[in-house]
Amino acid sequence: MKFALAIYAAPFSVQASQTALHFAQTLLEQGHEVIRVFFYQDGVHTGNQLATPPQDEQDITQAWRALARAHQLDVVVCIATALKRGILNEEEAQRYQQPASNLAPEFTLSGLGQWVEAVVHADRVVTFGA
Amino acid sequence: MSTLHTVNKSPFAQQTLTSCINICRAGDALLLIEDGVYGALPSAPTAQALKALVNDRKVHLFALEPDLQARGLNDRISDWVKVVDYSGFVQLSTEHKTVQSWY
Repeated sequence: MKFALAIYAAPFSVQASQTALHFAQTLLEQGHEVIRVFFYQDGVHTGNQLATPPQDEQDITQAWRALARAHQLDVVVCIATALKRGILNEEEAQRYQQPASNLAPEFTLSGLGQWVEAVVHADRVVTFGA
Repeated sequence: MSTLHTVNKSPFAQQTLTSCINICRAGDALLLIEDGVYGALPSAPTAQALKALVNDRKVHLFALEPDLQARGLNDRISDWVKVVDYSGFVQLSTEHKTVQSWY
């Protein structure tokens, strides 16, 4: 089956991002297709590759990056909610003359239209809320 | 056209599970995840409503095993709650037409 996943929760404040990660891993192990993962609201912090958690804590961003690379996942971060939280790729950093960018290369910045398109094409939509 | 409902908030702290219970229909499934698994305890304020949901309103009630285990609740849950792992979570999401997340 085709799944689209939406994650609204920040990576280190509540459990939802971990739940979504385990759910996505299990989907892929069982042969289902994850057509898009969409990070929205505080979930966009998951794309920050400069986040440096202590070594004895799970690094959620690295785990999502590894999963995205292993399965060629389409991982989208909502551009409007990301920019105001300081999550920028190089192109947006240049556009707004910011001194640095921090979006991990496995993530892309895009709009809600990408989420709507995923919902239209998916057999199942699962939301992981904060 | 049944629905899988997931609830991730404790009924000791919030009304999320109560709102979900009021909406569930026969044939639906309710999966307790994250802090929602506290709803599987017999002492939870929603315990009688959940028992009625299972016995009278024919809703299937589950709790996510890793989240029970993380909170030390495995051996303390009501006997009308079934336990599933992530494979079960995926299975439930395929068996029902929609997945409604309560958070």
